[in-house]
Amino acid sequence: MAGDGERPHLLEAANLACERGGRLLFEGLSFSLPPGAAAVVTGENGSGKSSLLRIVAGLLPATEGRVAWRGEDCRREPGRWRREMVFLGHLDAVKPALSVRENLAFWGARDEKLLEEMGLAALAGLPAAMLSAGQRRRLALARVAARPGGCWLLDEPAAHLDETSSGRLERMIGHHLAQGGIAVVAAHTARGLGDALPIRLGPGT
Amino acid sequence: MTGIGALVARDLALAVRRRGEAGLTLAFFVMAAAIFPFGVGPDPLLLGSIAAGVVWVTALLASTISLDHLFRGDLEDGSLEILVLDHRPLEGVVAAKCLAHWLATGLPVVALAPLMALLLNFDMDAWWVLVLSLAIGTPALSLAGSVGASLVLGARRGGALTGLVVLPLCLPVMVFGVGAVEAALAGRPVLPHILIEAAILVAGAPLALKASAAALRIAVE
Repeated sequence: MAGDGERPHLLEAANLACERGGRLLFEGLSFSLPPGAAAVVTGENGSGKSSLLRIVAGLLPATEGRVAWRGEDCRREPGRWRREMVFLGHLDAVKPALSVRENLAFWGARDEKLLEEMGLAALAGLPAAMLSAGQRRRLALARVAARPGGCWLLDEPAAHLDETSSGRLERMIGHHLAQGGIAVVAAHTARGLGDALPIRLGPGT
Repeated sequence: MTGIGALVARDLALAVRRRGEAGLTLAFFVMAAAIFPFGVGPDPLLLGSIAAGVVWVTALLASTISLDHLFRGDLEDGSLEILVLDHRPLEGVVAAKCLAHWLATGLPVVALAPLMALLLNFDMDAWWVLVLSLAIGTPALSLAGSVGASLVLGARRGGALTGLVVLPLCLPVMVFGVGAVEAALAGRPVLPHILIEAAILVAGAPLALKASAAALRIAVE
């Protein structure tokens, strides 16, 4: 397993390439993250940020290259990877007909503290259909926060969030990293992730 | 996700809270069976002779119209991506969703079938064979339906396409289901038909789960 000093790398992406609809989005992309590290993926619209996250998650096959978790190829040995990986895409995976609490409980997040931390405690009994886009995003983030310590793959996690909630998101990621987890975040800016490994996608990547 | 049981409970809760979906299926079943006498005439002998077939065909069509919602809601709100990435086998997720679909739409049809058969002048001595054949056959319809629903997930007009894919898959189970009722009415042994119907369910289930899971993985790419 490759390492950075004494810290073995948990996540390693090697020589990744992605072609969508006959268009090459990126190629030769490699990075690795030790415990407690984050990477922030930036780039213009359509540069392949979401595709990169989906490749790392295992939702999309890479045109070339491989992704390894704890030294094991994620596609060949998906069991361990999926136990420790949490994916947040563009969509919130929220059922409007269920209450906020029921939505979280379905994903195994039953701790009431999560609702408080995400500012959703007062809304816990409401149907999720009543939530605003930002509140739904916070609900999706609460699902992620319920599983700290592994690998978080977050696609535009701050979408629709106000200043207060963006602060909560930064603290949430900071807590996760402090527990030895890693995070790969696709965003338009690297705000709040100052020490993160920058991955810039775009022409020539 | 907390478990397969949680997925069944969630889908049932959604079906109960969105009464329209499950209620529409049941209403379609009742309406479709009830309008047959207007089409073929009120002759009691004719109605009695086609009653089993009518109940089975309407049960099949009712099952088909509810299939569009089987996976589409999860695809549209992003839940399907998370379910596909779960460390547990996706086939278990499909099985849970099929079970919830059957409990919400198939089981009520089985329960109402004797009443619809009675309206069609069915010989009620064989009512239990009709119920038994539907109780074995409707889960098979949900499983075959999951294949069609997952295959057309990316298509814009999925509803009609689902029917085209699913109806041929359901023919064998319907043939032996109706055959069991016909055998009971003619005084012939019922068991061979029921056993073949059950064999189709048991043998087809793993294939349907595997095919649906593969189609779902492609749908989320």
